Amino acid sequence: MGLAELPMLLALVGLAAYVVLGGADFGAGVWYLLLPGERRRPLRDHTYHAMGPVWEANHVWLIFVLVVVWTAYPHAFGAIFSTLYVPLFAAALGIIMRGTCYALRGAVAGPGEERILGALFGASSALTPFALGAAVGGIASGRVPLGNAAGDPIDSWLNPTSILVGVLAVATSAYLAAVWLTADAARAGRGDLVEAFRKRALAAGVVAGAIAFGGLFVLSSDAERIYNGLTSDAGLVAAVASLAAGVATLSFVARRRLEAARWSAAVAVGTLVAGWALAQQPRLLPGLTVERAAAGDATLVALLVSIAVGAVILIPSLALLFGLVLGGRFDERPEQPGSLERVGTGQVRTGAVGTEPRRPAGIAAAVCAALGVALTLLFDGGLGLALGVVLLLAAVASAASFVVPQVALARDVDD
Amino acid sequence: MLVQIAQALGPVDQDYLLEARQMQALSFAVHIPLVCFGVAFPALVLGMEWLGRRRGDPLLVALARRWSKVMIALFAVGVVTGTILSFELGLLWPEFMARYGDVFGLAFALEGFSFFVEAIFIAIYVYGWDRLSPRAHMLSGIPVAIAGFAGSLMVISVNGWMNHPRLSEAPMRALFGNSYFWHEMVHMYLAAFLVAGFVTASVYAVARLRGRRDRYVQAAMSVPLMVAAIAAPAQVVVGDWAARSVAENQPVKLAAFEGLGHTEAGAPIHIGGWFDERREEVRYGIAIPRLLSLLAFHDPDATVQGLDRVPPDERPPVNIVRVAFFTMVGIGTLMALFGAALLVIWWRRRALPESPWFLRTVVALGPLSVAALIAGWVTTEVGRQPWVVYGHMRTEEAVTGAGGIPLGYAALATIYLCLAGATVWLLRRLARAPLEIEAGDGPR
Repeated sequence: MGLAELPMLLALVGLAAYVVLGGADFGAGVWYLLLPGERRRPLRDHTYHAMGPVWEANHVWLIFVLVVVWTAYPHAFGAIFSTLYVPLFAAALGIIMRGTCYALRGAVAGPGEERILGALFGASSALTPFALGAAVGGIASGRVPLGNAAGDPIDSWLNPTSILVGVLAVATSAYLAAVWLTADAARAGRGDLVEAFRKRALAAGVVAGAIAFGGLFVLSSDAERIYNGLTSDAGLVAAVASLAAGVATLSFVARRRLEAARWSAAVAVGTLVAGWALAQQPRLLPGLTVERAAAGDATLVALLVSIAVGAVILIPSLALLFGLVLGGRFDERPEQPGSLERVGTGQVRTGAVGTEPRRPAGIAAAVCAALGVALTLLFDGGLGLALGVVLLLAAVASAASFVVPQVALARDVDD
Repeated sequence: MLVQIAQALGPVDQDYLLEARQMQALSFAVHIPLVCFGVAFPALVLGMEWLGRRRGDPLLVALARRWSKVMIALFAVGVVTGTILSFELGLLWPEFMARYGDVFGLAFALEGFSFFVEAIFIAIYVYGWDRLSPRAHMLSGIPVAIAGFAGSLMVISVNGWMNHPRLSEAPMRALFGNSYFWHEMVHMYLAAFLVAGFVTASVYAVARLRGRRDRYVQAAMSVPLMVAAIAAPAQVVVGDWAARSVAENQPVKLAAFEGLGHTEAGAPIHIGGWFDERREEVRYGIAIPRLLSLLAFHDPDATVQGLDRVPPDERPPVNIVRVAFFTMVGIGTLMALFGAALLVIWWRRRALPESPWFLRTVVALGPLSVAALIAGWVTTEVGRQPWVVYGHMRTEEAVTGAGGIPLGYAALATIYLCLAGATVWLLRRLARAPLEIEAGDGPR
């Protein structure tokens, strides 16, 4: 492994995170579709709430993968996006629809609105992983040549491997979601929901496993390279690891060891990505190895340093978020009477106290503004201009800190 | 390695280049107002919560809580529209990505991290009401405000680079050591506060016109309004800096702002009128002598380069750029005058005007500020044409060879229309929900 391959490794880690975390989100949406009717409404509500706090973060992984690939392997990125434009555009539309429905779900009232929004949400939750999986299938089966839209716009994604990977992406998403939702329900102490999702987790696990295993036959005829890679050497190890983790998950779920199942399910799905990567390496596109596709060393080093710096901030932040979520801090709690006082806006009574003007902030703002404007207008560059701009921004900030408290606490209206 | 395969992605004929550009422009126009809220709103929300807790005013805390729900809803939509943009860069402009992705991608990689941080802490902040201690809760909001700023800084460095590429430099230097990027950054940062401030104030001004005169509505209108009123005059000074930088680095773009056909000393500015491509001059406008020279170089006799500096196929579409420029400057001047007058009135009376005409003006400034924002981006981006990377890669060299662009454009436009309608509907729903005032937020 050299400098040229490191960014690909990181992109694959990001992809695995997206397939697991984003996948669980998509899967929850798929269950939304598979659980219709008013009787199953509590189940649907559970899928929605479980996604809540982690939704945005889970979907930033996709952006991370795209950005790393286009920076480190720009020509391959251009080739992939120009040939596979149909599934990728479909995925983009799915992402828009899904995000919109998700944001709107908090505001729905009545079963009619909920039904329409839920159907759209579920459909786009299935469409997006399918389309992204189909695109991966096109790359895996060597149907994306180097060049601007050089591949077949239809055959590149409408082929046995693409359909297999697309269906598998939907199935593993639903499976992951079911396992995680079972664990979430257990944590929240909702015994009724645990049983409902436990059954579904077992069924989805068997289905996803069957598709993955049956898929090997599809690969053997349509993507021989990947088939050979998965049945020998490191690829075989990954495939066996995935199978073992999948079987372990089923047994954990069956024995109600749900927190362990959460992790083993993630491993089962994450190792599928590893298996694909190991089976396909060192080739990125036909006739183009990862090493040959890589950008110049200066870019690669800068990218790796950027990612390292970013990771120092990101990893503790993610740990904090998931710690809070998995620790149940953000779970829906029954309304505690007295903790929240819901009032109409008309009858708000406040304990606001009067405020005295903060003169120093006002004077500082005026001085900064005068100096900042003069310097910014006088200098065309260099330190004088930089100082002018900084003073100008400081003037804005100190003026705001002077004015805002006074207008916020003003009581000059008929209160 | 890239040298060997540099020719692999060759330029192609694309019949729908204009549609591809419009599709990209549409996506930016949808995304950019949301960015303003991602950048400026966290600071407003956090400031409100801090003030409310410090002064023991539960009403302000309730306002921060309400705004934080709006903030996360707009952020969620922004995540989606931002993802679409990164897809479109590849789907529509694969040649651009193939040739220059290794330079500007770095900035996007850093932006990805700030996006991550914003997504993580916005969730902690919004879900953390009642579940975290007030101190921990406010601390969790700080990274949101910082990441919002840092993310836009990264993205704008890419735009600065596209307008002022220095290909001989190492990527990091080319992006962040770029003199062009700083004025764009400061201009955009202030614009974010103008848009978030005026749009928010506009919403509550509507409520006041409908007879809501309680303190909640008063505070919710006046705080963002005053923030925007303070930022608006400062924006004029930053705009002047930006114009001087354009005059120096992109003289053809500056010539397009005014419609200056020929290089001349003591160049005028025409108010109104229309640029005649054939005569290469502005017709029917009111000329103000020497003003362009004065504004661009702070010297009324300075020589300003005209469009004739380059052959016609290297000029941007003048009228689009010119109208966009005057729209931005016109609305910007209006906002600055309004802001300065408002500050003077407030200074003398320590109270804001109450008249319906004042409120109607505030209502109008919301959409106007968004119009100025979009016009500003049209000015700089259409003004960059026909280049995608100024002076190095033309837009038609960057485009995809794939088919189906009109179909994709229609689908995207339809979906964005639905998205816009849905967002308005959602915000109205949120506005009607009852306020949640924490019993524990009283004076302590």
